[in-house]
Amino acid sequence: MDRGVDRHRAPLTRRRVVTAGIFAIPTAFLAVFFLVPATTLVLTGLRDGGSWDLGEVGRVLGSSSTRRVAWFTLWQAAVSTVLTVVVALPAAWIIGRVQMRGRALFAAVLVVPFVLPTVVVGTAFLAVLDRGGPLAGLRQSAAAVILAHVFFNYAVIARTVGAAWAAVDPSTEEAARTLGASRWTAFLTVVLPQLRSALAGAASIVFLFTFTSFGVVKILGGPRIATIEVEIHRVTTELLDLRVAAVLSLLQLAAVIAALALYRRAGVRHGSGRLRSGQSTLHRPVGVERIVVAMTVLSAGALLGAPIASLVWRSFDNASGPGLAYYRALDSVGRGSIAFVPPTEAIRNSLGFGFAAATTALVVGGLAAIGLHRLGGRARGLADSSLMLPLGTSAVTVGLGFLIALDDPPLDLRTSPILIPAAQAIIAVPFVVRTMLPAIDSVPSRLRDAASTLGASPWRVWTNVDLRLLRRPALVAYGFAFAISLGEFGATVFIARADAPTVPVAIFRALGQPGALNIGQAMALSTILLTMTTVVMLVVDRVGDARVGGF
Amino acid sequence: MSSLSVRSVSKSFGSSVVLSGVSLDVADGSTVSLLGPSGSGKSTLLRIIAGLETLDDGSVLVDGRDMTSSPTHQRGVGVVFQDQALFPHLDVGDNVAFGLRMGGVSRADRSPRVAEVLSVVGLAGYEGRDPSTLSGGEAQRVALARALAPSPRVVLLDEPLAGLDQLLRERLLLELRSIFDSLGVTVVAVTHDPTEAGALGQQVAVLLDGHLAQIDDPGAVLSHPASAAVAGLVGHRNVADGVVRDGGVECLWGRFPAAWSEDGPVSVLVRPDGVGSSLDGTLEGIITGRIFRGGSAFAVVEGDAWPPLDVRAEPAWKVGDRVRLAVAPSSVHVMAR
Amino acid sequence: MNRSIRAFAVPLAGLLVIAACGDDDAATGDDGSSNEDVTITLVTHDSFNVSESVFEAFTADTGVNVEVRPAGDAGAVVNQAILTKDDPQGDVLFGIDNTFLSRALDEDLFLAHESPALDRVDDEVELDDEHRVTPIDTGDVCLNYDKAGLAAAGLEPPSTLDELLDPTYAGTLVIENPATSSPGLAFLLATVAEYGEDGWQGYWESLAANDIEVAAGWEEAYYGSFSGSGGSTGDRPVVVSYASSPPAEVIFAEEPLADAPTGVVADSCYRQIEFAGILSGTEHETEAQQLIDFMLSDTFQSDIPLNMFVYPVTDVDLPDEFVQYGVEADDPYLVDADTVARNRDEWIEEWTDIVLR
Repeated sequence: MDRGVDRHRAPLTRRRVVTAGIFAIPTAFLAVFFLVPATTLVLTGLRDGGSWDLGEVGRVLGSSSTRRVAWFTLWQAAVSTVLTVVVALPAAWIIGRVQMRGRALFAAVLVVPFVLPTVVVGTAFLAVLDRGGPLAGLRQSAAAVILAHVFFNYAVIARTVGAAWAAVDPSTEEAARTLGASRWTAFLTVVLPQLRSALAGAASIVFLFTFTSFGVVKILGGPRIATIEVEIHRVTTELLDLRVAAVLSLLQLAAVIAALALYRRAGVRHGSGRLRSGQSTLHRPVGVERIVVAMTVLSAGALLGAPIASLVWRSFDNASGPGLAYYRALDSVGRGSIAFVPPTEAIRNSLGFGFAAATTALVVGGLAAIGLHRLGGRARGLADSSLMLPLGTSAVTVGLGFLIALDDPPLDLRTSPILIPAAQAIIAVPFVVRTMLPAIDSVPSRLRDAASTLGASPWRVWTNVDLRLLRRPALVAYGFAFAISLGEFGATVFIARADAPTVPVAIFRALGQPGALNIGQAMALSTILLTMTTVVMLVVDRVGDARVGGF
Repeated sequence: MSSLSVRSVSKSFGSSVVLSGVSLDVADGSTVSLLGPSGSGKSTLLRIIAGLETLDDGSVLVDGRDMTSSPTHQRGVGVVFQDQALFPHLDVGDNVAFGLRMGGVSRADRSPRVAEVLSVVGLAGYEGRDPSTLSGGEAQRVALARALAPSPRVVLLDEPLAGLDQLLRERLLLELRSIFDSLGVTVVAVTHDPTEAGALGQQVAVLLDGHLAQIDDPGAVLSHPASAAVAGLVGHRNVADGVVRDGGVECLWGRFPAAWSEDGPVSVLVRPDGVGSSLDGTLEGIITGRIFRGGSAFAVVEGDAWPPLDVRAEPAWKVGDRVRLAVAPSSVHVMAR
Repeated sequence: MNRSIRAFAVPLAGLLVIAACGDDDAATGDDGSSNEDVTITLVTHDSFNVSESVFEAFTADTGVNVEVRPAGDAGAVVNQAILTKDDPQGDVLFGIDNTFLSRALDEDLFLAHESPALDRVDDEVELDDEHRVTPIDTGDVCLNYDKAGLAAAGLEPPSTLDELLDPTYAGTLVIENPATSSPGLAFLLATVAEYGEDGWQGYWESLAANDIEVAAGWEEAYYGSFSGSGGSTGDRPVVVSYASSPPAEVIFAEEPLADAPTGVVADSCYRQIEFAGILSGTEHETEAQQLIDFMLSDTFQSDIPLNMFVYPVTDVDLPDEFVQYGVEADDPYLVDADTVARNRDEWIEEWTDIVLR
């Protein structure tokens, strides 16, 4: 009873009304930008030819190639997720616990792979898997795909779990140590359980990302390997066979729902860690810890740093030695044609969409997280899972569905500029929810009680207590949403107007033609993109790390 | 300050009844200690008074006005929480100023008030400190200052001294009492510790299993507990079953005169200071242990045919000595079973 | 008194303003039929490009503005057009090629328009007798080779598809997967054209045995695996690319080149023809026709090579680099659009079975 939280503070019905009100915006947003388009396209496919044809479902599901693709999709996602967690956990520890020079930069740079266009990173990655090198055997294999998945999703685990780690009271670990637990046992028995919710949340996102992986599989896996997502894309764009695409979409959806149900059944409870702010939980590494730090930084450097460094190097590596020729080309090659954009404008477009998308995602995802926090029992689990579904749905399904479903006034949004940030926000919302929900859950309800006994109305409790304590996780979420938007290409190229290309769009355009200046420009733009990302992450982290409060 | 009335409050969580028909009046400027073991419903009652919990039945009145349906933030009730619940994102000054800010007090008027309240709790000059750097006692005082700053109509303390060491507790207890006296605050203090309850409250309300078992001044609760359970709660150990018959009460310690309205089974309490060694005492036993309580020494004496008795010890007594005891009739108290 | 007048006057003035605005709207609506401020939308793929001055010239001539709306790659553009047939996203579609042509024609996407400028266009590239689509450019998909790379290996450039089967070319070729790449599909069709609908399978069995690499798309093949480009990192000297790739290598070289680093195998080319058509839901048919006619004008045609690196369909002068380093195949491979449409999926399946499994 002492942990009696805030149940039944207001009459039940009023509470329900408020909760429903909070869900209104996320629900409307997801309905318009995800649910309606996706459903429309799937139904169009199933109803192809005017009548329902469910025999196709059985035929597609029964075929051996579907089964092979489904099996590969599942196991590579599972292996990728586990491997990413294992490999990135030490980095999470560094972010959450270790005081060292360059820690902020380390945390910021981790996000870079996440935002670079797959083609660019894929090329850089291929260079690492050089034919003569020790990893040559990995070219065009499932192993290359899994390695790249670890590379791309490293930041998801490291940063999300790192933020949670920083919020774990170190005294609990110290207590365990005094009770005779070794460092390792203390981690397993005391720290890990407190990280469980953040870890499960981040891992579930990695799983969804890798389950629906597209570019990485196409570029690095070679032509013999396909995920369900690759197949959906192929039958949709190459064959325009919406019927098979619909069945595959449903299969993918079913698998994602099953995975999410499993995640819920694993009994992930939120709010185990206690939120702290103001007091640093960082310490200088000692003894064995120094070795772990060194090994983590080195391995992250090899895994993430090498491809990135080779990319940066190539942007300066001109025929006549290091120089800025490729950067200068950005402002001259193609000038006078409609596709030409000065790099400054592409950067401005990217930043503009980034702000819009991240803000949208934070509002929508934040409200959803608040709503989820207020829900209990089964309703919460279901709502929680449905918010993750956009990650499990093929982008091409949503994109094409959008064109069909939303073409009537007043909802003719097909040419509206809000489409781009909206589409990007859809992808970012699950991140925001996964980051914010455990944090909201872990705000001690006593603090809310205390504020309301001091005369704060529910709204002011929210603004003065919750919001203030949630600033750091909110910034983490915002940073990720921003990064997703910066790197996002699929939706942008699908709906962007010619006059507002983003940096990734410009990279693709440069890569579209042969010639040293073109690939050089692509490398220069990629370097610009990764610099932007690093700067944005550094700023976000700086603001988030600053002592909260003071006025 | 104001008076507080709790009228027939009932509350259940699912099928478990936490409070049933509890009524309580706290006069303007007085302090009532709400004493009960854990699970007795005392914290729930406190939360109901604060509006942090809804009630199933009954009402809460402040100055005679029904506050039952008012939301917490409009009740003007200050709460000092068991774990202090200081805002980690605000410094001490902003913590204390929080309620003033919510009440619309201007920034300029806040700081003198914060300084004033902080000096009342003995923490003058602590405004800029971070809550995480405070000791337990300091944190508790900040929590008190924060609750007092907006001049609440009623102050509620939830186990205010739990988790503090003994010396600190005693010192704070006295300080609290004098702060409340000097400010004339109306206070309800929840505690499971009878010493704390007695020291804080002009009245002690004993809550057992959701019922109000007794409400009286501290001395009376100690000397005349209303039931065996209350006696146990306030620390009495000399309690046994007895029967009232023919104007007296009979128990294994003997027969004593008793003014009890009807014959039948009762509980009997023998206050330790009414028992002494006597050559013609009827209870012969062996000293099996010694206890120090409140600066006095007590001995535990066990006999063959009666329950052990706590007795005020004589200086010469040693464990293992045989003694003969007599019970003064005035120290025998009869209670409902 | 004064006050009550004002209380009426303010809303009244507001109403008048609104009414006046309404009138205004009606007035502009009346002469909306003139060309003065019509904007038509050109739906196209994301490789579309043109000099800014070109559409400015069109607007100056006709008063019609053009808004360009890229909608993904060439396949995506057609698919989107089919899915939004009832409510199209624009007035003119450019970028449909002969591999996707029958699908689009079957769906009745386009309105017929026989441009008077068609008399300047070679009949061979006019694939629709009803003129629902108009050819605008041709782009040949050909084997490209790395001159230095082959020389270092002591090899001559291959001159036919057959020569690629020679063991000396083992490990030299990188191609694109026809299931995911448009030049990949074009190269498959070239072999179908050369060896026949029943003969290409045998060719591919032998080719696959000669250590070829299959990349997902052109970027990965050309920049990742091919060795000849100025910016590439690969080690294979032969790649499936475009006839215009050597000119592009020269034009986009970092420092002026005396010669193109790559060459084209002229007898390996498959012809891709890009068409434009008027989307059937348009409300601006006249202006759309004007745009199609304009796309066959010298102004537009001569702007094509340096912006999209394909060849014009009319007889305009080509840029020097194209003349010097490019190849216009005399007799390129071409498979009839209907045949492609009928067999495409099956061929890709077959190809996948032969080469990838």
